[in-house]
Formats: sequence, structure tokens, C-alpha cells
Amino acid sequence: MRAYIEGIGLLGPGLRGWDESRAVLAGAEPYRPARTVIPPSELLPPAERRRAGIPVKLALAVGREAFTHAGRDAASTPTVFTSSSSDGAILHEMCETLTTAERELSPTRFMNSVHNAAAGYWSIATRSREPSTSVCCHDASFAAGLLECAAQLAADGRPVALVSYDEPYPEPLHATRPITCEFGVALILSPEETRRSVAAIELELRQADAAETRLADPGLEAARRGNPAARSLPLLAALARGSAEEIVLKYVAGAHLRTRIAPCR
Amino acid sequence: MQPLLITRFSIANCLGAGTAAVLEAVRAKRSGLAPCEDFHGAAVDTWVGRVPGLEAAGVRPGLEEYDSRTNRVAQMALEADGFSAAAAAARERYGADRVGVFIGTSTSGILEAELAYRQRDPATGALPGGFRYHATLSTYALGEFIGRYLGLTGPSFVVSSACSSSAKAFGNAARMIAAGACDAAVVGGADSLCLTTLYGFKSLELTSRHPCRPFDRERDGISLGEGAGFALLEKPRAGAPADALMLLGVGESSDAYHMSTPHPEGAGAKLAMQRALESARLGAADIDYINLHGTATPTNDAAEDQAVVHVFGASTPCSSTKGATGHLLGAAGVTEAIISMLAVRHGLLPGSAQTRSVDPALKSNYLLETRDARVRRVLTNSFGFGGSNCSLVIGDARVH
Repeated sequence: MRAYIEGIGLLGPGLRGWDESRAVLAGAEPYRPARTVIPPSELLPPAERRRAGIPVKLALAVGREAFTHAGRDAASTPTVFTSSSSDGAILHEMCETLTTAERELSPTRFMNSVHNAAAGYWSIATRSREPSTSVCCHDASFAAGLLECAAQLAADGRPVALVSYDEPYPEPLHATRPITCEFGVALILSPEETRRSVAAIELELRQADAAETRLADPGLEAARRGNPAARSLPLLAALARGSAEEIVLKYVAGAHLRTRIAPCR
Repeated sequence: MQPLLITRFSIANCLGAGTAAVLEAVRAKRSGLAPCEDFHGAAVDTWVGRVPGLEAAGVRPGLEEYDSRTNRVAQMALEADGFSAAAAAARERYGADRVGVFIGTSTSGILEAELAYRQRDPATGALPGGFRYHATLSTYALGEFIGRYLGLTGPSFVVSSACSSSAKAFGNAARMIAAGACDAAVVGGADSLCLTTLYGFKSLELTSRHPCRPFDRERDGISLGEGAGFALLEKPRAGAPADALMLLGVGESSDAYHMSTPHPEGAGAKLAMQRALESARLGAADIDYINLHGTATPTNDAAEDQAVVHVFGASTPCSSTKGATGHLLGAAGVTEAIISMLAVRHGLLPGSAQTRSVDPALKSNYLLETRDARVRRVLTNSFGFGGSNCSLVIGDARVH
């Protein structure tokens, strides 16, 4: 399955956007880990800007950056959202509330607890009525989202946006599922090469164990291992270097996604 | 889209385990709803479609770590209607890595997290040692459980888009098969009762204190249910069963309106139905029955009614079966897809359990009584929070 990457959005620890992070990811500048900074979303009205949780803010911020980069219209582009879990802070708060005598859940929190909250807010913010799917696949959530995008490109022949994001749980859930940083990445993918294309990407699902591609920088490698969405980092590093590379993304059930990146001239 | 064979399907919910029990209930307009009592101390004045026997069940030896209410009800459906044997036959035919697994759920193992929070260590706040995040609470836990249960290693993920999840999983499978990533797929979903949804829908004032009454003039909210359903989708092939059913079309859309309230004129719902018809290369007149989302909240039913009348006019027979099953949330889509399959295979138009008198403000041809009729093709609707809409078209393979 082959596609073209037209736009990239990125937020992670010490990674403040795709353009700002390219030199670091390419290895031209040193990586300095720092807390992920999520800018307030201009896509949301003020009331919702306050209410929206971190996953929604992350998803909207990277999605917007990628669409701006690609120069594409978000309202007419189908989307694939992928994350390992829904809003962990809300889940924790609801589970705590349900141990109290009153068990009074906040209706807004409950509404925002659905896995597809980010997709819902994205659709409202961009006025998009295009199809959108919200998938999850534990540590392979980024790979699963990428695979779904490739299937959409092959089946429908239309551009599609991939938005992958995850955030740490609060304790006590953190101890059972240690996600260590906030991370979001978005890719705009098209079936054909356009003047905006950054790179071609070829995807092959293989049923065999293979060593997943790691990062040379220990700080970036820690980020990669610390967040399911950050499993995208080797692919982003290849895009930043602008070189033709093969990247192995671990999938589930002993399979992996063999991904070949080739820059567009 | 390229139509896909549906070579096996199975179901478990409050009406029973297996398609025979569900068919009998739908024919008789029997409802499985009962007052919500003795469910982990829940004090919510509402009715639920609860699956009996789940408390005493377990999951298959070797997969004990996946034990959760949702996975138990999934297993109940996998063991019904010869489904796991049919999946094994598909594994033999295509190879384990050529059969995908695309499953919808909204809650996965949230109940297990709720119960674990009651047993936190008083000193450290830690969850009890037996709590298994990855096999229960993780949204993908259900997909991994089903893949391992059936020994399938093809492309797999969980779709979680609230109440449209397991309808949308049909779309994911169809695309994967079209793209050549697999030759067949197990699709479906499961969801179980939990305090989060009972108290959450109550907080939104969406739960009814009575059995839910879709399209009724006195409808006042939903009844939650639980259950699972699965279908085996395959590329058309020689030697397929003559009475096989087919997935003919999938239509998906977003409302772009509100997180928990549908667009008042059902704009997103219209688009989903129109796209499903386009995908099936059919017109509105080709559809013999519409299985509605029909949750029985005043606004949902009114919006869906407008959308149906806009796309189909006011004569296509339609009904919601949620008065019988309750609202299965992430499993609603596949549950109603399977009821639609039963309608085609057995030639019946399901009447609406619990509905007494249709709201005169609603203009569609809503069925109160079950009727025998030739049903060649059905469209089924699923709409979820976040404005996530999906319509499926299912038909008789002999007509195509």
C-alpha cells in the first residue's frame, strides 16, 4: 500500500511542532527533553477550550498543524483518530466518583469520556461531516491508525488525515499503564503525489517478528517507548532527515508494519 | 463497494444466546428489559437489558487474564451459532494471518476498573494486584481477546466511536479486504453494563425510568443493555452457502454539531444513509426495511425520523428493536445488523417492543407489530456521541 505524506503535525516532550523539531529529529541539533507544551486550540470556542481534556487539545493542535502544512481543507477530508486509551484524567475522576455514596458524575465529563471525543470536537471545529473513525490498538495504536489510512487510500482513493495521540494516566492507573509523556502526531496522506508531497510512504503488513526501529538518541528513544503515539518517532526522524529509509513498526499478534519512506523532490 | 459475503453470525444479549432465541423474541415482540436491581450497588431508577448468568461465567482456560464482563459476553456470542467453528474454518481456508479482527466497544473493561477502585490500598492508593489493565480496561483488550480466542493473527484493532462503534467496524473490515490486507474478517462488538454508563446517562437525563419506548409519544429516554454480536465477512467466492447474506454498503458521516445531541434535522444521519445507498449502488426504493437507531430519547428519535423521511419518504417500513434489547452502546450496531440479517433470512419486519402509540409528530412508517414479508435488503442505522454516524446495507446474496 502506497501513499504520499503532505503535511505533518507534532507535539511531544521538547518537540514544539514539526518545523521546530525537524533539526532535532534529523540529529542536527541536540534533543532537550522538556514537558510537552500544548498551545490553546484556536479551533475551539472559549467555553469548550476550557472544558476540553488534554487528548482533545493534543489531537486538535497536531491536526491543525498538519492541515496548515499540507494546505488542505479540513472540512472535506476524512479522518482517522487513534489512541491507546480515552481521556485518562476523566476515567480516573469517574472511577473515584463512583466509589462515593452519591456517585454523581458530571454530565460534561461523561460526554467527553468517549474514545472518539477528539474526533467529535474536530468535526465540530472544522465543520467536517466527512467520515471519521476512532481506533485503538494498545501500544500499536499508531501503526493501526496508519494501516487504516492505507486501507482507506486503497479502497476510496481520497486523501485522509491520521491523528494519533496519548497522554499519561494519573495514579493509581499510571502504575498499571505507565505512559510517561504527552504526545501527538498528525499526517495528511494522499493517494497521489502532489506539489505538496513531502515523501512517499509504502506500507507492508508482515506476519513475522522483526526488531522494531529504535532511535539513536536516548532521550528520544525514552519518549518513543513512553507513549504509544510516539512509536511514530522513527518515521518522523526519517522524514526529518529527508532520506530514503525503511522503518519497522511493531504491530499486534507477532506482526509488524514494514514502512518505506522516500522523499519527494 | 465490493459486496462481501456474510457467512456466519452470532449474537448474545438479554433476549438470549444465539440467533434462534433472538429471532423467537423478535417474532413474538418479547422484551428482555427488567428493572435495574442488584447490579454492583447501582441505585438508578431505570430498566436494563441484562444478560443472565454472566456473574457465574468465566473465560476459557488459557485466557483467564482477559476475564471481564465484556469479554464474558463476547465469549457467549463466540460460542453461539457455531461461530467459533466457522472462524476456525476460515482460518484453515485463508490462513490465520489473512483473517482480520475488527471489533467495536465503548466500555471494554471499565466495570473492572470501577470495581478495582473500590479496593484501593488505603495507605498507598494503589489498585489491587489482580487488576490487569492491558487485558481488561484497555480499549483494545476486547480485540486482543477475540483474536486470541479464535486464533486469528490478521490485521486487527478496536473501533471505539461510542454507539456507532460496531457498525463502523464493518466499514473498517470492508476497506481492509478491498485493500488486500486480508481475505476475510471477524467483525462485531461487545459492551457490558457498568456504573459509568448507568450513572453517566443518568447525569445527562437520558435514562428512562420505564422500559424505553422508541418512537412513542411518551418516550422519555433510553434503557441500557449489554451483549455481543459477530459476523464473518468474506470476499465473494465459489462454493459459498446459497443462502448467504451480503454486506452491500457502508455509509459513514460526522454531525459537526454537538458532542451528545444529534443535529436537529438529522443532517449527519441523512448523509450516512445516502452514502450507504451510494456505496451499495442502490436507491431508496430498493430498501425493504430500516432498522432504526431509535434510542427512545425525544430528540434522537425526532432527528432520525426527519432524516429517514428525507431520504426514503414516509412509506418504507422501519422500527427500532431497542425496546427488546435495550441500547447496547458499542455493541448496538452489530446487534441490529444481525437482527437485520434475521429479517432478510426469515422474511420478517420486526415490530417495536414496548412502543404503545407512535408519536404523531413522527412521519416515518413505524412498525408496531411484527409482520411476515419478503425482505431483500435492509438498511440499519447507528449513531453515537461525538456525532458519529454509520448506516449499513445488508441483503440476500441471491438477489445480487
